[in-house]
Amino acid sequence: MVKLRSILKWVFIGLVLLFIYAPILLLTVYSFNESETITSWQGFSWAHYEYFFNMENQPLPIVIQTICLALVVASLSTILATVGSIGIFYSKKRTSSLLSGVNQIPVINAEVVTAISLAFLFVAFNLPKSTFIPLIVGQMVLCTPFVVLSIIPKLKQMDNNLYEAALDLGATPTKALFSVVIPQISPGIVSGFMLAITLSLDDYVIAAYTKPNTFQTISTHIYSLAKGSTVDTIKSSYWALTAIIFAIIVIVVIVMNIIANKKAGKKR
Amino acid sequence: MTKAKPKLRFSRKLLAIPYALFLAIFVVAPLVIIVYYAFTNGDTGEFTVDNFVNFFSGTGGQSFFESSRFKTIVQSFFISVMSTVLCLAIAYPVAYIIATCKVKNKAGLLLLFIVPMWVNFVLRINALKELLDWIGIYNKSDEWNIFNTVLGMVYDFLPFMILPVYTTISKIDKSYLEAARDLGAGGASAFLKITLPLSKPGIMSGVSMVFLPSMTNYVISNYMTFNHTKIIGAFIDECFKNDLWNLGSVTALLLLTLMFLITWLTGGFDAQSETNARGTSLW
Repeated sequence: MVKLRSILKWVFIGLVLLFIYAPILLLTVYSFNESETITSWQGFSWAHYEYFFNMENQPLPIVIQTICLALVVASLSTILATVGSIGIFYSKKRTSSLLSGVNQIPVINAEVVTAISLAFLFVAFNLPKSTFIPLIVGQMVLCTPFVVLSIIPKLKQMDNNLYEAALDLGATPTKALFSVVIPQISPGIVSGFMLAITLSLDDYVIAAYTKPNTFQTISTHIYSLAKGSTVDTIKSSYWALTAIIFAIIVIVVIVMNIIANKKAGKKR
Repeated sequence: MTKAKPKLRFSRKLLAIPYALFLAIFVVAPLVIIVYYAFTNGDTGEFTVDNFVNFFSGTGGQSFFESSRFKTIVQSFFISVMSTVLCLAIAYPVAYIIATCKVKNKAGLLLLFIVPMWVNFVLRINALKELLDWIGIYNKSDEWNIFNTVLGMVYDFLPFMILPVYTTISKIDKSYLEAARDLGAGGASAFLKITLPLSKPGIMSGVSMVFLPSMTNYVISNYMTFNHTKIIGAFIDECFKNDLWNLGSVTALLLLTLMFLITWLTGGFDAQSETNARGTSLW
């Protein structure tokens, strides 16, 4: 009886995992399909990969500029959030809870509402999309609150006496901030930065409302392909990208696991 | 020395100023603009409530309840409720099994459910669409379209339900359960009287992270149905693209109100809670 229950448990877990992984695994298989349709298997070929890795075709430059955008947005968000979090943490309770409350708005708000409100703002400011400022600021609105949320808990865990001690030992406040506070909250800063990168890479809605007309990110490009009657070669070359991203993630996770295991082994 | 000291000790709370300005300009001000558009006339900029009247009235001789807008709203709520219920029905057992199993590397097991989230969102939705196409149920009929949209929402938002629920279940003090057992409670009644009530905060924050996006993420609904199934998010998008800013703002304002209501009901404004931050728990 107990055994049956335990088997059923793992069958359930397995089915959910199947649901989560089936689409990506299917695309990975068909990324090697010779034809561009998902419905028929025409034989093995590298054609989609060759198309994808040719700089003269659209996908690869778009991937590169999406990554550059993500790096810029994540860096700016992380700087703003680090300074902001320290400020919020040391503010009076009223100020800090007000700011934390406003910080929650982009987190819980529907993305399309955030996007449309930002589009209105940039029209009111008369700031053209071609300057890239709306896109970068828009994605910062999306990312920065999450970075703040990952830094604040680290500030709470921090030993506040160390900062005071640094000051008593003659450090300037700036020096104390950089050599005492920042190192202690650095895990939060790093994970916030990583989170900001994934949010920016993932974003479709904000980018669609704020990007320059000629600029495409991976998300906006694929979405634009799905809408119209389009060349299937581009579409199916993105299957190759899906497979590549998935392979990279799997490798990173495995390597991280091995490193973690080794560390744990050493400690023993 | 003593004179110079107050000058040297700059106040750390001043560091909040840049971010406070950023929030004021790029988060609060845009919302104020939405309120402005919702309550003003498009041509003259005069104060009016006509936009709200327009929103709730029919077009072309039809009553509101016959209009396509009403259909969009009903459809949205249906999709949203179904997605949330399904997410919970799948996520709760998953979270419970992982939290209570004897496997040592629970974090690794949990990671399996999160890893696909690191693939770009549109690529992921595209993959699901291709799978449906492969099975042969993509864009077959209105009923399938609704089903596929719900499937898309569940596929995309499942981790946001699993993580907070897992966090709360794994934090439940096991001695409560042991005490219940000692006092004669069976497995089922111990679950209903202890685990379930104590995991309520996780369920609440999961629901708040799935419900509103399922109503507004028009990328999923458009993509999964070839633009055939319209939800509220898609309606706002259309309003903006067709220069119906006032109508779009009314809809956005109604969604904002709903958002505050849901967040207030589920305790999402409590920044202390560890389970409310969508995404932060992914890392």
